[in-house]
Amino acid sequence: MIEFNRFVLSNGLRVLVHEDHTTPMAVVNVLYDVGARDEQPDKTGFAHLFEHLMFGGSGNIPDYDEPLQRAGGENNAYTTNDLTNYYCQLPVDNIETAFWLESDRMLGLAFSKKSLEVQRKVVCEEFKEHYLNKPYGDIWHKMRELCYQVHPYRWMTIGKELSHVEKANIEDVKSFFYKHYRPINAILVVAGAVETEQVKQLAEKWFGDIPSGEQYVRNLPVEPAQTEARHLDIYADVPANALIMAWHMDARLEPGYYAAELLTEILGDGGSSRLYQALVKERKILSALEVHHFGSSDKGLLAIESRLVNGVDHATAQAALEEELEKITREPVSATELQKVKNKTESMIVFEDMSLMNRASSLAHYELLGDANLMNTELEKYRSITADDLLRESQKIFRKQNSNTLYYHIRPTQHAE
Amino acid sequence: MLNRKKAPAIKDAVNMSLHLPPYVAFTLSNGVPVYTVQAGSQEVLQVELLFFAGLWHEQQELLSATTNFLLKNGTKNKTAFQLNEQVEYYGAYLSRGCFNDVSNITLHCLNKHLPHLLPVVSEILTESVFPEDELVIYKNNQLQRLDINLKKCEFVGNRLIDEYVYGRNHPYGRYSTAEAFENVQREQLLDFYQSYYVSGNCIILVSGKLPADLEQQLNQSLGHLPLQGNRPNITPIATAPLVEKKHRVNNDEQGIQGAIRIARPFPTRHHPDFLGMQVLNNVLGGYFSSRLMNNIREDKGYTYGIHSYIQSHLHHASLHISTEAGREVCEPAIAEIYKEMSLLCNEPVSAEELGLVRNYMMGGLLGDLDGPFQIMSRWKTYLLNNLPPDYFQQSLQTIRSITPDQLQQLAQQYLQPDSFYELVVV
Repeated sequence: MIEFNRFVLSNGLRVLVHEDHTTPMAVVNVLYDVGARDEQPDKTGFAHLFEHLMFGGSGNIPDYDEPLQRAGGENNAYTTNDLTNYYCQLPVDNIETAFWLESDRMLGLAFSKKSLEVQRKVVCEEFKEHYLNKPYGDIWHKMRELCYQVHPYRWMTIGKELSHVEKANIEDVKSFFYKHYRPINAILVVAGAVETEQVKQLAEKWFGDIPSGEQYVRNLPVEPAQTEARHLDIYADVPANALIMAWHMDARLEPGYYAAELLTEILGDGGSSRLYQALVKERKILSALEVHHFGSSDKGLLAIESRLVNGVDHATAQAALEEELEKITREPVSATELQKVKNKTESMIVFEDMSLMNRASSLAHYELLGDANLMNTELEKYRSITADDLLRESQKIFRKQNSNTLYYHIRPTQHAE
Repeated sequence: MLNRKKAPAIKDAVNMSLHLPPYVAFTLSNGVPVYTVQAGSQEVLQVELLFFAGLWHEQQELLSATTNFLLKNGTKNKTAFQLNEQVEYYGAYLSRGCFNDVSNITLHCLNKHLPHLLPVVSEILTESVFPEDELVIYKNNQLQRLDINLKKCEFVGNRLIDEYVYGRNHPYGRYSTAEAFENVQREQLLDFYQSYYVSGNCIILVSGKLPADLEQQLNQSLGHLPLQGNRPNITPIATAPLVEKKHRVNNDEQGIQGAIRIARPFPTRHHPDFLGMQVLNNVLGGYFSSRLMNNIREDKGYTYGIHSYIQSHLHHASLHISTEAGREVCEPAIAEIYKEMSLLCNEPVSAEELGLVRNYMMGGLLGDLDGPFQIMSRWKTYLLNNLPPDYFQQSLQTIRSITPDQLQQLAQQYLQPDSFYELVVV
C-alpha cells in the first residue's frame, strides 16, 4: 500500500505527497501532460526536444543543473508518446532548492537561442546513436507507421526524421511551452522524508503564483479498427533476418489491458515462457525473442520481436509463431501457468516500489490516468484475471486482420550500393 | 514578493553525516562466508553467490562465460525449462553474470518464497550437466549476436580500447571471436564447472529484509556443498599494453557517428591516488556539469553524452573517456577532450567548482546508500578488493578535504594527453 495525500493549488496544479521517513532523501517529480502524440505531423520530435530545452535555463535561473548538484541532487527526465516527466532526487534538507528550480522553469523558460541551437544538435546525435547508426534501429519507425494510419502514435518520440528536429525554431518553442507547460496541465509529486503540511507551504510559496494556463484539450484522431492484415518488407545491411509482429490492444485503462499484460508474460517473459521454449529451444527457429506491449494511454500494441536462426526463412518463422499463438487462442492456460504470471506480477510490483523515485513517478503517472490510487489496486486487478479472460482477450488480439508483420531482410550483397 | 533570483539556503552535503550501515557476517557449515545487510521495508531479498570464476580464471577463451551462462540450462533430473519454471513460478529472478574477475549467480525473490528457491540454487551448483543441445543453441545464437554487435561502432570501440590498454591476451583485454565460440566443448565446461563452481571458492552476499531463519535456510540448502570458503591464490598476469597509441578504425563505410575511446592504465583501488582521482574524474567527466559535458555536449553539441570513468578491476585498472560523436566532428571533439585535460593540468580547479563537485558526490553517496541492494553493492566492492573496513570513511574524508593543488598534481600525473590511447571507430 502506497500512502499519499493529494491537494490542488488554486491555479490547478495537482500535488501529491508520499511520506517515507525511512530515507534521508526526497524526490520531486513534475509530470507534464504532453507527449509525442500531441505533436503536429510536420513537427515531430518536438516534445522530446523541448524536454532538453527545459535544462537550458529559466527566467530567473541561468542554469538548472548546477544549483541542484550543489544541493547534493541529481536529476533526469524522459519523454514518451503520452507524457513528459522530470524528476530529481536530493537530500531532504535541501528540498526547497528543487521547488525553486522546478517552479521557475514552470513559470517561464529563458528561451535561449543558443540552448535551442545546441540541443537541436544534441538531439540529432541522440537520434543517430539510437536509431540511425545501429543495425535494426529503424524497426519501430517502420512498425509504427504500419500499425497506425491516423493516430499520432505513428511516429516515435525522437521524431519521424532528423529534419523536423533541425527545423525547430524559437517561436515553436515558446508556443509549445505556453500551451502545455502550465500548472493546469501538470502534476507535482513530492516523496521522501517530508510532511504534507510542509509540502503544502512550499508548493504554495513556489508554485502558487504561476498563472494557471489553459487546460489543454486533447482531441486526437482515433485509429480506426484494423480490418486486414498488413505486411512490410525491409532490406538492410544486417547480418540476420528479423521478424516483427504487432497487434492492436486495449488502452491502459480499458478492461482488456490486464489480460494483455499477462498474455505478454505467458508468451515471452523468461526461460519458461511459451514462445521461448517452443521456438528458441525446441524448434530452433528463433535466435532471439522479445514480447512486450506499449502500456500506452490510447490504444496500444502488443509486439513480438524476433531474430531468425541463420538459414530459416521468414514464412517458416511466421507460421511457427502463429501456430503457438493459435494454441493460446484455442485452449485456456493451465492454473499453474496463470498462477506463475500472477506471482511474477506481484514480485515485479514489489521490486519496482522499492525505489522512492519509482514510487513518485508511478503516483504521477496514475494521477495522469485519472486516479493516483490506481497504483494500489493494480495487483488486485491482475489477481482477478481468469483463464477464460485470457482466452477471450487472446482471441480478440491475435486475429489475422489485426496483425502487422514486418519482414526485416538481410540485403542481398549483389544489390548493395 | 518572492525573490526568485535568490537560491534557497542549502545545507552543504559535505557536512551531512553519512555512514555505511555495517554488514553482519557468519559462516556456513562448509566454511563459506556469508555477508548480510538488513535494510528496507519491502519483504524482498537479493542473494548473490560470488565465484572466483571470471575471465581471469579460464585457461581457454569463453570457458568462463559459457559455463556461467549454461549453469541453469539443465541438471541431472531437470531440463532448462523445468528449472526456469520452478524459479519463475515463484515470481523470482535467477540471473547469472560473468565478469573479468568473478562471476555470480543472483536470486531476487519475495521472502516468503525463499525456501522454494534455495534448493534450485543448490541443484545447479551440484548437478548441472551442460546438455550438448543447449551448448549448440547457445553457440549459434551468440555467434549471430556477435555478428550484429560487430556492426556497432561502440561495441568495436569498447573491445579495441581494452585490448590496447591491457593486451589482447590479458583477461581484461580479451574479447569473444567466432573461432573461440566454435572451440568451446562440453567436456571443458564440465571441468571448469567442477573446479570453479562445484568445489569453487564462494562468497555469499544477502541483502534485504532478512528472514529470522536465514542462516538456517542457507545452511540447509548450501551448507553441505563442497564449496571452498577461502580465497583462491591469484597468479599475477602482467598486462601487455600496445606501443602504438593512436588508432582510427573504419568499421562501416556508411557510418554517421564515431565511437571515441580514450584511455590509459591507472592504479587500482589500493593506490593512495585512487580516491583523489575519483574527485578529479568527476570534475573532468563524471557528472552532468562536468567539464567534458559542458564543453562537448552543452556548448558544442557534438554528442548526446560524454563520460569519463575509472574502470576498476581487482588487479589492474584504467581511466577512460568515452563518447559517440557525429562522424564529421570526431576530430574536433578529441581536440576539446585534450584541451580540457591540459586545462586541469595547468590551472587549479576553483573553490566554487570544487565545492559543487564535493556536494554532488556527497549527495550521490547519500542517495546510493538508500536501499539494501545498494548498500550491499558497496560492501561487495570493498570485500572483493580486500579494502579496510574504514574505506568508506576514507572516501568521505578525501571528498571533503582534497585541495585544488592536490587535484592539479593528480592531473599533471594522470591527465597528460600523450599518455593516453586514442581510438575512433566509425
